Amino acid sequence: MYYNVFKILKEGLNDNKGWKKTWQNPEIKKKYDVIIIGGGGHGLATAFYLAKEFKIKNIAVLEKNWIGGGNVGRNTTIIRSNYLLNENEAFYEFSLKLWETLENQINYNAMVSQRGVLNVFHSDAQRDSFVRRGNSMIINGADAELFDVDKIKSMYPFLDYDNARFPIKGGLFQKRGGSVRHDAVAWGYAHAADELGVDIIQNCEVTGFIIKSGTCIGVETNKGNILADKIGCAVAGSSSVLMSKANMNLPLESHVLQAFVSESLKPLIPGVITFGAGHFYISQSDKGGLVFGGDIDGYNSYAQRGGMDMLEDVCEGGLALMPTIGKARLLRMWGGIMDMSMDGSPIIDKTHIKGLYLNAGWCYGGFKATPASGWCFAHLLAKGDSHSLSENFQLDRFKNGYMIDEKGQGAQPNLH
Amino acid sequence: MIIDHPLLGPRDASEFIYLGDASLLNRPNWDEENSEDNFYKYLYLRENVAGMHKELWFHQQGDRSWLVISRNTITHEIFKVELATEFKKNMEKFND
Repeated sequence: MYYNVFKILKEGLNDNKGWKKTWQNPEIKKKYDVIIIGGGGHGLATAFYLAKEFKIKNIAVLEKNWIGGGNVGRNTTIIRSNYLLNENEAFYEFSLKLWETLENQINYNAMVSQRGVLNVFHSDAQRDSFVRRGNSMIINGADAELFDVDKIKSMYPFLDYDNARFPIKGGLFQKRGGSVRHDAVAWGYAHAADELGVDIIQNCEVTGFIIKSGTCIGVETNKGNILADKIGCAVAGSSSVLMSKANMNLPLESHVLQAFVSESLKPLIPGVITFGAGHFYISQSDKGGLVFGGDIDGYNSYAQRGGMDMLEDVCEGGLALMPTIGKARLLRMWGGIMDMSMDGSPIIDKTHIKGLYLNAGWCYGGFKATPASGWCFAHLLAKGDSHSLSENFQLDRFKNGYMIDEKGQGAQPNLH
Repeated sequence: MIIDHPLLGPRDASEFIYLGDASLLNRPNWDEENSEDNFYKYLYLRENVAGMHKELWFHQQGDRSWLVISRNTITHEIFKVELATEFKKNMEKFND
């Protein structure tokens, strides 16, 4: 079903009786060319680009619950490409470019809103590192501007400019960054993939892999065995659990990352703002809620909820940056399970088992990476070799010493 | 989360910092033939189970002891808290 303004007018006059299901509930076939495990943002995007860009016909997406119920529905909806290292920056800039044309590609309103991302800095040393990052962004084709305090004051008058401990000295601004309606990303990709004939199968949990003489030829599920030439896994925080069924041990730890939303308020925050002296980022949704988050809780967790001490920590950061939010009441909080890798960067690679491919290790960066992750994973699945933008995201880089450690923290996943 | 410290009794988890899987206590020998591979596995391929997990915590805001905590990573229920030194001794006895 193709959505356009005439269709809306027609259905408006027709009591909205002509709308069809956005995606179907297809019968499972015995065999597919490609199976994607995980019906989240990355899995659905992969299926869509496989069908659209790489012309693969026979694709299934297997999701153990309902699509979009994991991290794509549990984030703070921010898109940006403000990384330091070339391996990451080029990839995330490609992702941001895909976000800019996403809605036309998938014929779905994902409410992509490039309202700007501001990273505030508080010291001379931090200014230098932000300048360096800004230059790295520009070299990789992204946009970056350095703002002084007066410029920030004119744009964001509600920040605390009298904070003696963490004075605001300026900020690094990316105008093309912003936010996207997260659920609509999952639904939009599902809609577009379904249009291209992808089978989206919900409530289908993969319980094992069928591996014969070193080649993965299918999966075992609660709905029976399904065969495939190639199998791609994109299950984020559950990656270690899933891949252990193929006797693989991954360089990942699963951690819970919380996010919070306040009651609806009148328009206050025009873009996304991050605090430079702690981990705190905030934006305002189109419904008016202040959406904010901070660090992961810091210990291995598969519970999609977090502890109160992190809530306190996040709110302290928020109040140091903008005390005015102290009067807003918290409406909801939630947690998603991050697949924290050992160097803070993702993995898009084949495995030692033929026919089995892995997309994991997204740490905090999964949502904004969705389109590029889908594109590069689809490239890998269709062609068998890595896309040039994801060729560094290899599974064996930890063994070979080619780490992509954006923060320089070493093999300590809870610090990335 | 409340951690029942073997010496100090119940303490809030916010007093502790987390290091990771308790297999980090088993540092490989540097002079073994396949030590490069062993160190790679030791550092990067740790347990990441959904369920019972033995892990290292440091009582930074307390007596600065290292603990090995057996915890369910789905429910956060803690089953056992031991001093890391005791845990290591028992582990070596078991390995002998």
